[in-house]
Amino acid sequence: MSPTKKNTQTSRKRIGKRQLDLLAELCNALAVSGDEQEVREIVLREVKPLCQQVEVDALGNVLAARMGSGQDRLRVMIAAHMDEVGFMLTQSDGDGQYSFSIVGGIDGRQLAGKPVLVGREHIPGVIGAKAVHLTTPEERKTALKMEQPRIDLGPGGAGLAKAGDRAGFATRLSAIGPSIRAKALDNRLGVFNLIELLRSAPENIDLLAAFTVQEEVGLRGARVAAYRFNPQIGIAVDSTPANDLPSYDEDGENTRYNTRLDHGPAIYLMDGATIADRRLADWLMKTAAEEGIPYQIRQPNPGGTDAGAIHKTRAGVPSISVSVPQRYCHSAAGLIRISDWEDTLRLLSAALRRLDSKILTPLEA
Amino acid sequence: MTIDLLPHLKQMLSAPGLSGYEDPIRDIVRAAWQPFCEEISVSRVGSLHALKRGDGPEPRPRVMLSAHMDAIGLMVTGIAEGLLRFTQVGGIDPRILPGQMVTVHGRQDLPAMVVMPPAHLLPPEAGSGVVALPYLLIDTGLRAADVEKLVRVGDIVSFAQEPIELSGGALAGHTLDNRVSVAAVTHCLDILSRRKHSWDVWAVASSQEEIGVTGAFTSPVEVQPDFAIAIDVTFAQSAGSADWRSFPLGEGITLAWGPNIHPALYDAITRTADELDIPFTREAAPGMTGTDAYAIQVVQSGIPCLLIGIPLRYMHTPVETVSLKDVRRAGRLMAEFISALPLDFMQTLEWK
Repeated sequence: MSPTKKNTQTSRKRIGKRQLDLLAELCNALAVSGDEQEVREIVLREVKPLCQQVEVDALGNVLAARMGSGQDRLRVMIAAHMDEVGFMLTQSDGDGQYSFSIVGGIDGRQLAGKPVLVGREHIPGVIGAKAVHLTTPEERKTALKMEQPRIDLGPGGAGLAKAGDRAGFATRLSAIGPSIRAKALDNRLGVFNLIELLRSAPENIDLLAAFTVQEEVGLRGARVAAYRFNPQIGIAVDSTPANDLPSYDEDGENTRYNTRLDHGPAIYLMDGATIADRRLADWLMKTAAEEGIPYQIRQPNPGGTDAGAIHKTRAGVPSISVSVPQRYCHSAAGLIRISDWEDTLRLLSAALRRLDSKILTPLEA
Repeated sequence: MTIDLLPHLKQMLSAPGLSGYEDPIRDIVRAAWQPFCEEISVSRVGSLHALKRGDGPEPRPRVMLSAHMDAIGLMVTGIAEGLLRFTQVGGIDPRILPGQMVTVHGRQDLPAMVVMPPAHLLPPEAGSGVVALPYLLIDTGLRAADVEKLVRVGDIVSFAQEPIELSGGALAGHTLDNRVSVAAVTHCLDILSRRKHSWDVWAVASSQEEIGVTGAFTSPVEVQPDFAIAIDVTFAQSAGSADWRSFPLGEGITLAWGPNIHPALYDAITRTADELDIPFTREAAPGMTGTDAYAIQVVQSGIPCLLIGIPLRYMHTPVETVSLKDVRRAGRLMAEFISALPLDFMQTLEWK
C-alpha cells in the first residue's frame, strides 16, 4: 500500500474537531456491559435525525434503520457494541472502600494505582496498592491478587455507593501526536464509525445499524439484534489488539502482532468465533486495492466480535468484521492512530457504495 | 495573608521535580514561601532554604523544618522501535506501572504512558505474572522517527496523573509524598506570619530524599539549626496495609518515637499537641525512619530531631491519598510549638 500522501489529505478532511469531540464524548461516557445507558443516549441523539426507524429493543440495543431507495436493495446489518469492560462493586467494606469484580476481560495487572469513576454520578475513586515499602521482595514477584484491591472513594465515601454499582477507568480522551489515547476505544470507535456510516449511507442498500449491548460478556446483544433485523449481510465494526511492540529479546522478531498500527483497517478472515465469508472478504480487499486504501489482514487468532453471533442467526448470515487496530485494549487507556481510524471509515463507506446483490452469488468451487 | 492549601497543593502536584531535577517544584515553593521570609537561597545540591526571622535578641536560636520536595519517577534507558525502555528514580513497585500516564521530558514535554507488552513478547516466566521493570515500555503515541528526534537516553519521566478530590476532604494523586509536607510547612509559615516567635525559623524544601537523603545531609551544615523537625508522609490504613506500621486516614498525624528522635523534644511537642487537642499517634520507629530526620540527626556533631508523619494511602503510586485535615494539623502543630519556644528552650531539654 502506498498512498501515504492521499491519506493525510483525507485524514484532515474526515477527522476534524467535530469528529474528535463526539469520539471523546463517547469514550468518556461510562457504559459497562449491562448498563449502556450513557452511550445509548448519545447514540439515540445522533441517529434519530438520520434514520426512518429507531427503536430500543428488549436488551437495550439501539436498532436504527436507514432505508435506501434503489431497486433490489441488500439488507446490510452493521453492528457496533456500545458496552465496555469495567467493574461492579460487590460489597462496601466501610471507610469508603469497596470490593469489586471485573466485568468482561481486564488483566488484573492493569488495576493498581488507577483512578476510576463510580455509578451514574461518576463519583471519583481510586484503586490503590500497598506501599512498596511494606511489600516483601517475594510479594513483588507475585501478581496483585483480585482479593486485595479495593475501590476507594475517600474517607467520606461509605454511603456514596452500593453493591451493584458499575465503575470504570476515569481516563479522558486525548489526542497525542498522530494518535488518540482513551479508555473504551473498544468499541466507541465502532460506535462512532457506525454513526458516520449512517450519515452518508448510500441509496443502494438498507443500512441496518445495531448499536449492541453486552458484547464483552458474550455477544448477547448482537444475537437478538440480528434476529430482529434479519439481514442478508452482517458486518461487525470493532477494535482489535495491535500487539506490535518490540520483543524483550532485542534479536527476537515480533511475528505475532495480531495487527499493527499504521497499517490501516484490519480485515478478519478468521477469529475464535467466526470464519469470515470469503465473498465479503474479497469485496473489502478489492475495494481497498481499487480505492488506494491501506488495509491489513488480522492475523487469524482467538478472540471474537459481534459477527460471531450474527452469522449463526436464523438460517445463517454471511458475515465479516473490520476493526481499527488498537494497542492496549481492555486497559485504562488504549492507543490508536488517527490515520488507521480514518482509513477504516474510508474503506467501509467505499465498500458500501459498491455493494450489490451479486455479491451473494454462490462462490465457484 | 492566608494561603488556601488545596490550590497550593494542586499547583505543586502539577509540577515535575524528580530527585536531582527539582527546579520546577523549587520555583513554586519559593514563590509560596517568599512572602513570609526575609532570606531565600538554594543549596549546592538544590535544596531551598527560607529564613523567617524571630524577634528574639541576636544571636537567636534556630529551628529547621525539613520537607523533601523531590518526586519519584522514571528515566529513559533506551529506545526500541519508537518505544522507550526505562529505569526507576526512587522506589517503585513495577506492579503499579502498567497503564500509568506519564510525561517524558525530552526535547519537549511529551504525554505518554507506561505499557505492558503482551505475553509472547516477554520472557516465558513473565507471561502471566509480574512484568519486571526492564520489560515494561513507554509509548508516546509518536512514530519511531519522531521519537528518535525528540527523546534520548537519560531523559526523565514524571507521573502525569492529575490530582483527584475524593469524598471526606481527601486528595489523591502522585507525589503527595512529599508535597503535602511542603504544604504543611507553608501552612506553618502562614500561621507564624500572624504570631510572635522569638526563634529564627528555617524552612527547608530538601532535594534528593528519595535517592539517598542528600538534601537533609547537607542543608543543616548551612542552616546550623539548634534542632530540626522533619515532616514526611507515613502509611495510612487500607486494604493490605493494616498492621502497626499504618494509621487511620484523616484522624490525626503521627509523631515518631525511636532512635532517630530526641526523646525530650518528643515530650515537648506532645505537650503542645495535647494542650491544643491536635490528635496524634505515637508512631513506633524502631530503626531508621527513612526520612530527612535519619540524615539530619547525624550532621556534624549531631542535631536533635523530631519527625511528624502525615498518614497517606498507597505510597509511591500515582493515587497516593491524604486527608487535608491531617496536613493542616501538621502545619498548625509546628506553628504553635515554634511560637511558644522560649529562647532558653535547648537548655531545658534533659536526658532522663
